Amino acid sequence: MTLLLLLHVVAALVAPVLVRWWGRNAFLALALVPAAAFGWLLARLGTVTDGGEVHETTSWIPALDLDVALRLDPLALLFALVVTGVGALVLLYCARYFEAGDEGAGRFAGQLTAFAGSMLGLVLADDLLLLYVFWELTTVFSYLLIGGAGTRLAARRAAGQALVLTTAGGLAMLVGLLMIGEASGTRVLSEVVAHPGSGPLLVAGTVLVLVGAITKSAMIPFHFWLPAAMEAPTPVSAYLHAAAMVKAGIYLIARLAPGFADVPGWRPIVLGLGLATMFVGGYRSLRQNDLKLLLAFGTVSQLGFLMVLLGAGSRELGAAGLAMTLAHALFKSTLFLTVGVIDHATGVRDLRRLSGLGRRLPALAVIGALAAASMAGLPPLLGFVGKEAAFSALWDGGLSDRTAAVVVLTGIVLGSALTAAYTARFLWGAFARKPGLPQTAPAELVHPPGALFLAAPAVLALAGLLAGPGSPLLEPLVAGYAEQLPLRTAEAAALGLWHGLQPALALSAGTLLAGGALFALRSRLFRLQQRWAVGASADEGYWNTLQALDRFAVLVTGTTQRGSLPAYLGTILVVVLALPGSVLLFRAPWPGEWRAWDTPVQALVGAVVLVAAALALKIRQRLSAVLVVGVTGYGLAVLFALQGAPDLALTQFLVETLTLVVFVLVLRKLPKDISERHRPRERAVRGAIAVGVGLLMGCVGAVALSARTATPVSADYPDEAYGFGGGKNIVNVILVDLRAWDTLGEISLLVVAATGVASLVFLRRRTGVVDRLDPVQLARDDRSSRRAPRGQWLAASAALAPERRSVVLEVVTRILFHSIVVFSVYLLFSGHNEPGGGFAGGLVAGLALVLRYLAGGRYELGEAAPVDPGLLLGIGLLFSGGTGVVGLMLGAEVLQTAILETTLPVLGNVKLVTSLFFDIGVYLIVVGLVLDVLRSLGAELDRQVDEDDPIDATPDEVIVR
Amino acid sequence: MTPTVVLPVIIGGLYAAGVYLLLDRSLTRVLLGFLLLGNATNLLLLSTVGGAGAAPILGLADPAEMTDPLPQALILTAIVITFGVAAFLLALIYRSWRLVRQEVVGVDEEDRRVAGRVGTDADELDPDDIPSDDIDLPHASWEDR
Repeated sequence: MTLLLLLHVVAALVAPVLVRWWGRNAFLALALVPAAAFGWLLARLGTVTDGGEVHETTSWIPALDLDVALRLDPLALLFALVVTGVGALVLLYCARYFEAGDEGAGRFAGQLTAFAGSMLGLVLADDLLLLYVFWELTTVFSYLLIGGAGTRLAARRAAGQALVLTTAGGLAMLVGLLMIGEASGTRVLSEVVAHPGSGPLLVAGTVLVLVGAITKSAMIPFHFWLPAAMEAPTPVSAYLHAAAMVKAGIYLIARLAPGFADVPGWRPIVLGLGLATMFVGGYRSLRQNDLKLLLAFGTVSQLGFLMVLLGAGSRELGAAGLAMTLAHALFKSTLFLTVGVIDHATGVRDLRRLSGLGRRLPALAVIGALAAASMAGLPPLLGFVGKEAAFSALWDGGLSDRTAAVVVLTGIVLGSALTAAYTARFLWGAFARKPGLPQTAPAELVHPPGALFLAAPAVLALAGLLAGPGSPLLEPLVAGYAEQLPLRTAEAAALGLWHGLQPALALSAGTLLAGGALFALRSRLFRLQQRWAVGASADEGYWNTLQALDRFAVLVTGTTQRGSLPAYLGTILVVVLALPGSVLLFRAPWPGEWRAWDTPVQALVGAVVLVAAALALKIRQRLSAVLVVGVTGYGLAVLFALQGAPDLALTQFLVETLTLVVFVLVLRKLPKDISERHRPRERAVRGAIAVGVGLLMGCVGAVALSARTATPVSADYPDEAYGFGGGKNIVNVILVDLRAWDTLGEISLLVVAATGVASLVFLRRRTGVVDRLDPVQLARDDRSSRRAPRGQWLAASAALAPERRSVVLEVVTRILFHSIVVFSVYLLFSGHNEPGGGFAGGLVAGLALVLRYLAGGRYELGEAAPVDPGLLLGIGLLFSGGTGVVGLMLGAEVLQTAILETTLPVLGNVKLVTSLFFDIGVYLIVVGLVLDVLRSLGAELDRQVDEDDPIDATPDEVIVR
Repeated sequence: MTPTVVLPVIIGGLYAAGVYLLLDRSLTRVLLGFLLLGNATNLLLLSTVGGAGAAPILGLADPAEMTDPLPQALILTAIVITFGVAAFLLALIYRSWRLVRQEVVGVDEEDRRVAGRVGTDADELDPDDIPSDDIDLPHASWEDR
């Protein structure tokens, strides 16, 4: 069985290719797949009717205890036969339904085959969750098939509606299935049905599962999606919306009925909704002029009928229901396919515009008439057998509650009369010659149907005809299922055409007569229906609900999303103040004792930092504001040093300097002052929030520190640092070894930031080296302009205008640059044992580049670092990541340090720690970051000024740089 | 552990100043606020160590007297990342200035449009109002579309 499902998957995947190769005839090949499954199932018929079952279990997700558990019992076999048999015939039909070169046929073929597989899986599944998975798969494929190419609004709406309703039901069902699984203690479907358990959990779960079943099978009040789904091509309507998918709910009801029919709530829901649906569907069907819609409402009505029979939970009605299910699958798909042929041949589906078609397409008329006879319940067809069995079961007491039996019997007799009436209306509408229309309308057949096109409906109609007299042969299969249900009467009647003169026969005759009368009075009835038509429909209710949801969404979005970033941030902060703040206020263990400071210098530096921060709030001049914020940074560096963190102090100092430089590079492009954009009240609110957050964070720090009792995780780090990391600078060992994973993530972030900066400035081309000096060009410029004599201190400073040059800076740079670079390398290598490391070393090297740029301009930067910063970033990341991989290959863990120690002739004892390479990567990335920032925010901005970059200006715009 | 008075005060002050600037509409001030917040957070992390101590470098001091190296490692990378992010924000500011001659966080026009809207999207259509050529599908196939 698993193999059959896999076969469907493969066929669905190759279907588009096959359609491209072979055109519409590919459907013939695809039809072989369900046909093969049908054959396989027929071969198991003997085993199953003898009381055996076929099981197959494949492990799927062991962690969730989820298996692909499949089981073939009489019920599954019957439904699987319908699914595969009708599926094969519909695919066969598709081979002529489509015209050569129809667009979308490949996609359609794939989806239809995939649907056939999902539906087969659904009826075979023996696990609640597996059942759900297939259930939702059928929903999804139904959505895709209804929506088609997605080019028409009506189809999209119908597809969306079907999806929303059936998935909503499906979700309810999932919850219900989980609850049922919980109540019965197993998720194996057959065991659940055998021992459902009890209690409120089971009742609630059952009701939720019923919600899934009634949405899928289009019961009231969710019936309207099915007629709307008639937007789909006719084969889809015939297969999904008559024979297969809408039967999923019926199947589930039938599957659960043996164990669940006596659960409180089951019978009222199933019988009540089933009867109402049967009546409403039949009533509305009488009003339709579109043949397909007429059938669709007929399907709704019949689904209600099946729901009543199979949900009643008695052996007699269950058997009748199964026979009726088979009958319905046969006649309804035939009728839909017939409509498809009519539509294909004439291009018309409106029965007011069709006339005299029966004489022109006699074969089709016979096929249609056979199926219709089965639908109306005429002997000797299978529909008659099913209906007859249902009538006699109810008459003889197939429901334990007599009142209910009477109500149900009355209801289905009434419904059957309506069925007979709309059947007659269908036949008349499709094939009869009508007064007021020409003898044949439409005058010409666009595509007269061929033999292959008629084959599928013909086979289905014949099956319905033969199954009537042959119904005793169905008995073993039907009884195999029905035996699980309790017998209500003395003796179960077997299926058969003739049971003698009995009340049920009279009821059958009565429904036919009443149906005939309703048909005869059709024009009067039509007027009556129009007069009684209510303004509201469930469909409108659905759209109104969706619209109300939309409006609510707009309302919520409109109220909460005010479009102001400060407002959002303020809201978040107020929540922070309200929740953690109140916890801090009322529940926090406040520190019992305080110290004033670690050293008095701390207080002094703190005062400077706070004054600088306060100034940053006041100052509106851009550069000054940046400088005072820089002061807080430098102050922080001092605090770090005082706390005993030399690495931090060093890094903070370097970064602060770099930040200032980068700020200045950008701020030269912006106006001098920051304009005030806030009203005093806004400022007051901001101030209140800011003070609150400041208080909160200060207190949080103190409280957290005083509450700390556990030993720090880093207690063992000093030993580990030297033992495993081979270094004396513990902070550096943490970075490159103990927590190297973190560092790897962080340097990746630096790469991203550098890339982002460059992309924002360059826009089009972010790679490449900084522009280098072109001596020829320079010489030419030199002659034509009055420049200062070319200095020899720096390579490219001659390219600068004289007034921008500073000899002192050039000299200093010349002297210091190489020393600084050497120092940065020293920091890198010594960092493992002394303050320094890749970060600090990289920053120092970056500062050296800054110096060159400031002294010599953008060409000088190109001369100083003639490399692509992207290359540096990439190599750096490769180095750092590579150490991890190498470690892994040497048998250690990822990023674990290996220590190689050896004695060399000249150098003496050399100790090489592999994490050094990690640090080299860090170094390269930091240098790359600085270079990228300088190249973008420095050199490129200069170039745009120098060359008056055209992308900056629109014709009328005056730009003041 | 015993907290000091000085560090929480500095931390609180930096946070307050940072948040105030962060709530501004000027992108430059937002960035300055971001830097202050970064400094405040680094200091908060450092204060979790407890008291001051010797540098965590073996050979220079006894391990018992050293400060906790772990927060230091966290702060060290945070400092460098703050630089990277600050550079990115600066590039954003520059871009914004170059494009619209503004460096402010303006009101999101799209949000305002949504807020001012009363109706909904396509679903306002009544099913009966769909043009008939869209519903009626001649020949129920794709070729006529």
